[in-house]
Amino acid sequence: MKRVLVLGGGVGGTLAANLISRKLKKQVARGDVKVTVVDATGQHIYQPGFMYIAMGGESAQHLQRPERSLLDDEVSMVVATATGIDVEGSSVELDNGDRLHYDQLVIATGSRILPERIEHFAEEAHHFYSAAAALKLRKALDAFTGGTIVVGIAGMPYKCPPAPLEVSFLIESELRDRGLREKTHMHYCSPIGRAFTIESVSEMATPILAEKGIELHTFFNVDEIDPAARLVKSLEGEELAYDLLILVPPHAGAQLVIDAGLAPAPGGWLPTDRHTLKVGKRNNVFALGDATDLPLSKAGSTAHFEAPVVAEQVAANILGRTPAGKHASYEGRVMCFFEVGDGKGTLLQFDYDHPPKPPKPGKVWHLGKIVFNKTYWNTVPKGRV
Amino acid sequence: MTDTATPAVTRTIDARGSFCPGPLMELIRGIKEGQVGDVLAVLSNDKGSKTDIPKWVEKAGHRLIGVFDRGDYDEIVVEKLR
Repeated sequence: MKRVLVLGGGVGGTLAANLISRKLKKQVARGDVKVTVVDATGQHIYQPGFMYIAMGGESAQHLQRPERSLLDDEVSMVVATATGIDVEGSSVELDNGDRLHYDQLVIATGSRILPERIEHFAEEAHHFYSAAAALKLRKALDAFTGGTIVVGIAGMPYKCPPAPLEVSFLIESELRDRGLREKTHMHYCSPIGRAFTIESVSEMATPILAEKGIELHTFFNVDEIDPAARLVKSLEGEELAYDLLILVPPHAGAQLVIDAGLAPAPGGWLPTDRHTLKVGKRNNVFALGDATDLPLSKAGSTAHFEAPVVAEQVAANILGRTPAGKHASYEGRVMCFFEVGDGKGTLLQFDYDHPPKPPKPGKVWHLGKIVFNKTYWNTVPKGRV
Repeated sequence: MTDTATPAVTRTIDARGSFCPGPLMELIRGIKEGQVGDVLAVLSNDKGSKTDIPKWVEKAGHRLIGVFDRGDYDEIVVEKLR
């Protein structure tokens, strides 16, 4: 029997497991192939929803479902934490003492946030990269009566690159509605030389920042927080006073893949082939989603478009054939909605060779994002879109 | 520029194969970890690096020693000043 092991029950792991199982339907039914997902909690979290807890209207309970309910019946699930990967021995060790052997390994272990890498982050800075942190930010916004808001990025790469810009736009819009905009000065700090990594998106976002009166600071890499003076300082020597500080925390890949020697520290991003999604030229180890080192957005959308390619590659390996069809190779496709405030949004659609050309912001794209978020559970993990 | 303009490099960061802003972020990490006076060389085949990195170096108050064309990649050499 051939064993396909998928580490991680997020967007990428769940969809890849379902698609692999469907591609090998006959083999799975005969017992010749077994597809297993290993997930630490057994709960699937829709992380893009966290931002909407902070911006009002969303609750953590709507963003979580049992992973089992999203997997096809033919896919097995083990709720345990993977504690080691033995690439030479083709096995994964679990915290319950079990060792699972694999013929094909799919690593979908995502990224983790590490606020502790910046001193005083936990007590001074807000973020929206967990349900609890997003709720805390919501409460801080509710209590806010005016002052200086600084939004910044304390490490790259990070999940959902447009999110800090979106949050800035949404907060600005909210403050106007609450009559607090005149009493508030807003700063947006970008670690690079423009507002956003992708030039065309930066060209769209920069005038919006200006129209909304949000001061843009480029090359502002958060280095230090001074809690006594309530200052955030950049590595470049700039410092900004804040009343409300919102920072994207530093991110890293899973410690598991660093410990296994598959990804270099301290980032922990898996060296992944941009087309085959194989890790480090290994023929039977694949990565997708946030876990890779690909120069793409760390976003559910990336994992969504990578999963069919991983499924085709894995199925081809098992069947002893060459990957074929439209999912034989990943071309860097990503598609995501981008909120600009006032009930408007735009759409970022791109691949390795075609940068995004965001349409003029409008209500349709904002509504598109809301509908997508609501219908996610019945569409993406099950491979219906 | 020629090689004669390059002082002894303390650390080389091979960011070839990484795309914007990867090489810049690698340099920033190297600067954070390094000592004043260190000379860092970033190897990059991302065409944005030779404009982005010098701009960052100026803003951050370090010294750009040079941008060297090495054929299929660029070598950008920076001295940490503070």
